[in-house]
Amino acid sequence: MRIGSGAGFAGDRIEPAVRLAAGAGLDDLVLECLAERTIALGQQRRLRDPAAGHDPRLRARFRPLLPVALDRGVRVVSNMGAANPLAAGELTRDLLVEAGLRGRVAVLTGDDVLDRLDLRRPALEDGIALADHGEVVSANAYLGADALLPALDTGADVVLTGRVADPSLFLAPVAHRLGWDLDDWPRVAAGTLVGHLLECAGQVTGGYFADPGVKDVPDLADLGFPFAEVAPDGTAVIGKLAGTGGLVSTATVREQLLYEVTDPTAYRTPDVVLDLRRVRAEQVAADRVRVSGAVGRPRPAELKVSVGYRAGHRAECGITYAGPGAARRARLAADVVTTRLRGTGLRVRAEVLGALGGAGEPAGECRLRVAALAPDPEAAELVCHEVEALYTNGPAGGGGVRTDVREVIGIVSTMVPRSAVRTRVTVLEADGAAA
Amino acid sequence: MLLHDIAHCRAGDKGDTSTLSLFPLRDEDYDLLVREVTAERVRAHLGVRGEVLRWELPNLRALQFTCHRALDGGVTTSLALDTHGKTLGSRLLAMPVHR
Repeated sequence: MRIGSGAGFAGDRIEPAVRLAAGAGLDDLVLECLAERTIALGQQRRLRDPAAGHDPRLRARFRPLLPVALDRGVRVVSNMGAANPLAAGELTRDLLVEAGLRGRVAVLTGDDVLDRLDLRRPALEDGIALADHGEVVSANAYLGADALLPALDTGADVVLTGRVADPSLFLAPVAHRLGWDLDDWPRVAAGTLVGHLLECAGQVTGGYFADPGVKDVPDLADLGFPFAEVAPDGTAVIGKLAGTGGLVSTATVREQLLYEVTDPTAYRTPDVVLDLRRVRAEQVAADRVRVSGAVGRPRPAELKVSVGYRAGHRAECGITYAGPGAARRARLAADVVTTRLRGTGLRVRAEVLGALGGAGEPAGECRLRVAALAPDPEAAELVCHEVEALYTNGPAGGGGVRTDVREVIGIVSTMVPRSAVRTRVTVLEADGAAA
Repeated sequence: MLLHDIAHCRAGDKGDTSTLSLFPLRDEDYDLLVREVTAERVRAHLGVRGEVLRWELPNLRALQFTCHRALDGGVTTSLALDTHGKTLGSRLLAMPVHR
C-alpha cells in the first residue's frame, strides 16, 4: 500500500499535498497539523465560539485537496479536528457539498478528558500538581491506532480526529489496508517507524536539511512531500513525487529517524515501544530509501495526556542600534531596562542579537530583545513601556521599537489508564451530487 | 576544525528537553565523533543546565544527545527567541574538534 504525508504541522504548505494526492497513486494521505499547544489554543477559541476550536486553516487546506483526493480514491486522515473534531467534520461535509461531491466523513472523538481528569495528580515534568501550574484549560489524551480503526471501518473518505499520537495517524491506515493485527509487534513497529518518518512531511524530503556547500538540496523552492510504499511484512520504501524538488537520501532519513527521540532504545507511542538501534536505511534508487529493522515491544499500559494551563502573559519587545558602538549602546540599554524593572519581580530576559562584523564596523547593527513572563497583561505592558521609553530615556540612536503582548498557554503532561478514555466515531454523509 | 566540517545535526524538542542528532558527513568519521563529542563537551559548549545523555548508535552512524533543562522551561513558556531550541543543532556544529 502507498501512504502519503500532506502536512507536517499547522503552518505547512498546502500545494504539495494536492500534487501528492493527484499524482502519487496513494491509498491514503495523512495531514498532521497539531503541535503540543495547538489544541489548548483551539480550546480557548472554542470557549468564545462553540463552532470554533478546529484548525483555522481547515477550509484553506481541504478546499483544493478534497476534490482531487476523492476523484483519485485517496482516503484523507487528519487531526485538524484539534479541540473540536465534530465542528471540523461538519465543516468538511459542507465543503464537500459546496464542491458538488458525495462523500463520507468520519469523526473520532474522546481524546478530550478535561472533565474527568484528577487535577491533583502530579505533572510528569516537575512533580507539581496539575492544578498548581495555573488554570487548566485543556486535557487531551494521545489516542493510538486502535481508536482510529473503527473510523476507518466506516468506509469514510475523510477521517478527522483531535489528539492522536502522530505516528498512529499513519499506522492505523497502514494496518487497516494490510489487515495487520495491532498485537503483531514486528509489523506495528514497522508501521510506527513509517509514521515517524512521514509525520513531519517535507522534513524527510530535504525540507529542513539544506546547508549550501555541505548538504545541497535540489530545487528546494519546489519541495515535494513524501510517501511510503509499505509491503505486507512492514518493509517500506520512502519516496517522493517525481518531478518535485527536494531529496530523499539516507542522510535525510537518518535525521528524521531520530528527530525528537529522547530514548532511541524505547520510543514510546500508544501502540508500541520502539527500539530504533537496528534500523537500516538503504538508498535503493534516486530519492528512494528502504527502511527496515525497527523492533517493537508491547505498548505502554497507560496513555499520555497533554494538559494546557494559563501560564501568564509574555511581553516581547525590541529596539535596534547601528553603527560604531552599537553593541555597547544596546548592552547599556539592556542594563537600563532591567534596572528599571527590578522592583517588579518579573522574570526578564534581555539579550543583544545581531551580526556585527567587528567592533568598529560602520554598517553593523544589532537589536536589543527584552522578553518577560508576567502574571497579567498589565504587568506585561509595563515591560513594553520601559522598552519604548528607551527612545528618549536611553542610549543614543535607538530605533524601530516593536512591542507585543500575548497570553501564554503552558503544557505539562500526565498519564491515565486506557480505561479512562472512551472514544466514539460519528459519521456525516455529504450528498453534494444530489444538490 | 569545526564539527561543521565533518558532521551534520538536527535538533528536536520535547518539553524542556532538547534532542540533538549528530551524524558524520562521511561514515568513516563516526569513530572520531564518538571520541571527540562527549556528553560533557556538549553540555559545556551549549551551556545546558541539566543532564546530557549520549546514545551511541553505530548501526545508524549516529550519536543522539538528550539534553535536559536545555530550553528555558520548554517551548510554551520559554523567553528565548527560538523557543524550540531548533538552532541548538547548528550551535553544536560550531564546536572545535581535532582529527
